[in-house]
Amino acid sequence: MTKLEMDLLDLLKEDCRLPLEKLAVMTGASLEEVAATIENLENRRVILRYSPMINWDLTDRERVEAMIEVRVTPQRDMGFDAIARRIYCFDEVKSVFLMSGSYDLLVLVEARTLKELAAFVSGKLSPLETVTGTATSFVLKRYKEEGVIFDSGESDRRLVISP
Amino acid sequence: MNYDKFLNPRITSVPPSGIRRFFDLAATMKDTISLGVGEPDFKTPYHIRNAAVDSIMDGETQYTANRGLPELRSEISLYLSGRYGVSYDPDNQILVTIGASEAIDLALRSLCSPGDEVLVPEPSYVSYSPGVIFAGGNPVGVETLEKDDFRLTAEKLEKAVTPRTKALILPYPNNPTGAVMEKRDLEAVADVIRKHDLFVISDEIYSELIYDGHSHVSFASLEDMYDRTLTINGFSKAFAMTGWRVGYACGPAEIISVMNKIHQYAIMCAPRQGQVAAAAALRMGRENGYEEVLRMRDSYDRRRRLMVDAFRSMGLHCFEPYGAFYAFPSIRSSGMTSEEFCARLLREKNVAAVPGTAFGPGGEGNIRCCYATALDKLSTALERIAAFVKENT
Repeated sequence: MTKLEMDLLDLLKEDCRLPLEKLAVMTGASLEEVAATIENLENRRVILRYSPMINWDLTDRERVEAMIEVRVTPQRDMGFDAIARRIYCFDEVKSVFLMSGSYDLLVLVEARTLKELAAFVSGKLSPLETVTGTATSFVLKRYKEEGVIFDSGESDRRLVISP
Repeated sequence: MNYDKFLNPRITSVPPSGIRRFFDLAATMKDTISLGVGEPDFKTPYHIRNAAVDSIMDGETQYTANRGLPELRSEISLYLSGRYGVSYDPDNQILVTIGASEAIDLALRSLCSPGDEVLVPEPSYVSYSPGVIFAGGNPVGVETLEKDDFRLTAEKLEKAVTPRTKALILPYPNNPTGAVMEKRDLEAVADVIRKHDLFVISDEIYSELIYDGHSHVSFASLEDMYDRTLTINGFSKAFAMTGWRVGYACGPAEIISVMNKIHQYAIMCAPRQGQVAAAAALRMGRENGYEEVLRMRDSYDRRRRLMVDAFRSMGLHCFEPYGAFYAFPSIRSSGMTSEEFCARLLREKNVAAVPGTAFGPGGEGNIRCCYATALDKLSTALERIAAFVKENT
């Protein structure tokens, strides 16, 4: 990765709505160079999406989330990838990670109600033949995600004017 | 009751800081976006804060040695030799102070006899000239001009020297202009220093905040200058540790010893936890290549480019600042004085900046804007300034 690529990723991670002109000024590169570099990052799938970070708790949308620890039997020649794919194809699944430690896959699931979520675990996830066990934990409160503290209540503590 | 007969006229004769007056005005406003700050917008990195927490919980609550914790002095010695190529003996050449501010005060009080002249480049940090007066000396301003990139030139310096001149304060990278001195500029200054047998107080507090391929040169690293330079630095700017109040002075053992005399009677020692945190900052920096310092610097640099570009787009002439975290644009095209510009900008657009005149008469026509502010706020502030400039030119 070049310095320009890293600089652009840093800046876009904080605010993906920054216009190309500002990105060019801040990185000291030309407008064309910045546009081409970003397009290249997109094409290489380094940048996958530009999405806002939403605090759903402040909206009317009903929503429950759970983290499910899943133990599976890895398949010959495929390892964990095949079963991971089976799991991430479900619409309810937001994220899937292969983990070290006492279980194999960590699955983040989102549904509208507790009932829906329970139905997913019992009706869709657990019946998969290679799944040998699950442990579901519900998310009660989010404090921090992707470096952003929800409800931090922090303000600039600096003096308005200082020498 | 009239207290004039009790008060020291040498102190009362010094006018209150222009910054202070402006602060009082700004404090009455709500929801102001401030570009008037003089400190980082980062918190002190976590591991540094944690080192102080551990120290408190371990019950490290006692005085330290007057000169500072031995471990911190060793780290400072390693830092300065590793980073800027100047070596100081931790035992007798380094004094840990309450911020670089105390170090400057101690230096001036140790050097100035009544009537001694101390040269102060202007515009520069607000404390130097009052500090000289408090110490019994006479500050003599040496103007620095934008056409010289706000660098101190040998010509201007030479002209300001008199038989009473004792020392020069050398504040680079500079607050408020953001100017830096290249090695050849410093060498020209060194020639004048050598010729007139002067001493130099080199305030290098912004040494880590330097951009775009420029690099910091410590004045003491120049030929013959080691023995006639006091190097002052601290943790506030590079490590985002302003509130901890830890700085240091390094120089000839004879000078440090006299400064320590004042320090031990007046102060005793810098607060222990600040010193512990500062030692952790340098130790970790040494181990990880000053990762946090560089990360913060990169972030300032992006915002620096944004701010300078924005001022130029507004049609304001803006000198390219390669150090510290300030831009110092000229507002002469508005026809207003710096004070008037800043007061109206504050009242009409709710953006605070500091009039250049707060940093000496040479600052008239410019304003100091700090770019160490969150990007979204910075962008909004710059849009508001642009609107203000448009309405007034």
